[in-house]
Amino acid sequence: MSLSKRIVDDLVANDISFVTTVPCKQLGGVIEEVEARAEILHVPSNKEDEGMGLCAGAYLGGKRSAIIMQNTALGITVNALATLIQFYRMPLPMLISYRGELREPVACQVEMALHTKAILSQLHIPTYHFHKASDAEELDAILKYTFMCNKPVAILTDASFWGGY
Amino acid sequence: MKRADVLRDITPVIRDHLVVCNIGHPSQELHQIDDQPTNFYMLGTMGLCSSIGLGLALVQPKTVIAIDGDGSVLTNLGTLPTIANNVADNYILLIIDNGAYGSTGDQPTYAGKKTSLAGMARAAGCENVIECRAEETRGALEAAIAARKMAVIVCKCASGSDKVPVIAKDPVTIRDRFMAAVAG
Repeated sequence: MSLSKRIVDDLVANDISFVTTVPCKQLGGVIEEVEARAEILHVPSNKEDEGMGLCAGAYLGGKRSAIIMQNTALGITVNALATLIQFYRMPLPMLISYRGELREPVACQVEMALHTKAILSQLHIPTYHFHKASDAEELDAILKYTFMCNKPVAILTDASFWGGY
Repeated sequence: MKRADVLRDITPVIRDHLVVCNIGHPSQELHQIDDQPTNFYMLGTMGLCSSIGLGLALVQPKTVIAIDGDGSVLTNLGTLPTIANNVADNYILLIIDNGAYGSTGDQPTYAGKKTSLAGMARAAGCENVIECRAEETRGALEAAIAARKMAVIVCKCASGSDKVPVIAKDPVTIRDRFMAAVAG
């Protein structure tokens, strides 16, 4: 089974029925899989903070939601995370492509990679880093943890996890 | 008419529907005028009112009215194409366009100058866009609710805000009360 299919199986098994995405090459397979699943309403967003607004609305409507995004945009989501998702105590799994790590070909991507874990740590967001394919085995537990504690939780997936850029 | 006058006028129309209200003076005025469990007050997060409203409308059948502002929509312009391309016929975006950033001291917005938010919504692909004067807002809202067709209403009104207190309610209280109203 592909990693992308496995990841989306875990989303569905945890009753996530609303997913917003901002495109990323590394997460392309997951986004395709999300779009293909009848159990998930997929609403692409133009910007990551907009996507968090959509997810907050879906949560208020009684549905579990998730966002799929790239770490380069983490900075623009700080306000939405602090004043909406965290302030109102909403659960939000954030499946994040961790660009700028080992096997990265684009130098500029390294710049935001250097800030990614620092920003997440500053925001007190539980953070998991998938580096090997077997790390995906923890996703189901991470999702259950997210909906248990009503917090945003970050899952960083790097190029090594995806088998190279 | 200023925003607070528009809110007073539309209160009987929106009271029985789910309302997501923009940060700052809009939420504070609505809270003061007619606090309802069906109101979700934004205490922060400039720009995301229309997005929260759309997400809510897409996952459940009740009518959702997002009361947004011109400055807020300008902050999150990507929302217009998202709304246009993900049609929810139970969704009404009401943009109270007073041409000013009311909560920060009425600095002018570009919507009060050359920029037309109704034109931008149409260009984004929104099919049912109504621009009206403040005193026509109530009728436009009633028609949009009855039509059960997604609508963007741009209400042109005067700038200025009522002197009202900040909302002291805890965000989790607002959220819980609202979610119970959604589910009820």
